[in-house]
Amino acid sequence: MKVRIDVDACVGAGQCVLAAPDVFDQRDDDGMVVLLVENPPAHLEAATEHAALLCPALAIVVDR
Amino acid sequence: MTETVSELAAFPTARDARCPFDPPAEYAELRAQEGTAALTCPVGVEARVVSRYADVRAMLADPNLSSHAAPSTHVVAGGVLDRPVAPGSLLNMDGPGHARLRRLLTPEFTVKRIQAMRPYIQGLVDDHLDALLARTGPVDLVADFALPIPSLVICELLGVDYADRDRFQEQTAVLVGTNSDPAALEQANLEVVGFMTQLVLTKMVAPTDDLLGRLIVRAGESGQELSVEELVTLGITLLIAGHETTANMIGLSTLALLRQPDQLDALRADPELAGTAVDEMLRYLSIVQFGVLRQATGDLTIGDETIEAGEWLVAALSAGNRDESVFPDPDRIDLKREATAHLTFGYGVHQCLGQQLARVELQEVFARLHQRIPTLRLAVPFEDIEFKNDALVYGVRALPVTWGDER
Repeated sequence: MKVRIDVDACVGAGQCVLAAPDVFDQRDDDGMVVLLVENPPAHLEAATEHAALLCPALAIVVDR
Repeated sequence: MTETVSELAAFPTARDARCPFDPPAEYAELRAQEGTAALTCPVGVEARVVSRYADVRAMLADPNLSSHAAPSTHVVAGGVLDRPVAPGSLLNMDGPGHARLRRLLTPEFTVKRIQAMRPYIQGLVDDHLDALLARTGPVDLVADFALPIPSLVICELLGVDYADRDRFQEQTAVLVGTNSDPAALEQANLEVVGFMTQLVLTKMVAPTDDLLGRLIVRAGESGQELSVEELVTLGITLLIAGHETTANMIGLSTLALLRQPDQLDALRADPELAGTAVDEMLRYLSIVQFGVLRQATGDLTIGDETIEAGEWLVAALSAGNRDESVFPDPDRIDLKREATAHLTFGYGVHQCLGQQLARVELQEVFARLHQRIPTLRLAVPFEDIEFKNDALVYGVRALPVTWGDER
């Protein structure tokens, strides 16, 4: 699995951090998304996909 | 479109009095129909009502929409649809102006920063429960618990002086209350605006380490200085958005759980359940009961349908939250359900900025209220509870409760 984020689209809702805290974080200075793991291991794949589904700004793209 | 407005059905606003937690029954029919439904709205225009979960998400994610008449002007008879958007009115702004302002605020509402407020919120909830338990019931859980907690959280967030918090809380309770008479409402409104203006001016002179102080510094440092007017409007937006919604969720969800003893027992037995319970109750209750109004600024597609620029659209959040294709057995409360994808916080670039704060407040209330007062029960017959059928944010006007041995 490969994850891409679009920081320009991000609205800082924090849904991805709640859904997959090992994969996503938020920058302290502006709350925008930070990708911690570009290729999440198998045990984080479901949570990563859920985060992409929850994102209100469609700022997370998951390629498998 | 050749139909005239008079031939169209009306936007449903009335709930079945026997099911006060369910949206109007017509929503299920709307979901079952093809496409969107053109309905007449109390404000006097025709709007296309979007009711299926996937369609609501597609609609709210589309950039060709304006929020200038949001949140729910469609249900306001005599409401003004073309009012100019006040500077700082985050809910009504669009495009780059909205994105810039939201981005100045997002660092205040990150998961990390809100988690850091959890101990404060826990203490606040416990203090209010101590005060309740020092009395003998009945008490009004709305006035003595549901309203003060979110109000004090907002005070903490904005950086209101401790000495001013009682007065601030009294006046904001009048402002968001639906029992308030017009004169008291006008007075409270003036007082809250005056109070917020004073707060903003004080923090502009000497910014303190709180949301408003940091916002002023951050905006200045990035060359996007905010005016007094913008800051006051923003402050009041945060106050209302963070107070009324959470207060109504506390009152209404407590009542709904008291009516669903098996679920309440599960929560009492395992307070950790509060994590999923909060999103499930947000889904089930959809307190922004009339959904959100948008206007198309360009053509857009929902399902197979083309919506033309200028058309009005209503995202019926409560209808989408009961869409059985996404939430099986949707009319049932299941506190174990993974319901985070609900629409109650909206979707798209306007999705609730304060959602993490709302979650933490509600989690602490859900976990603590029923642990500390396991015998909590209604002090009046259920039929006597008054619901806010006309308010933009649904809830109960009062919730008389008691506890201890049944007699």
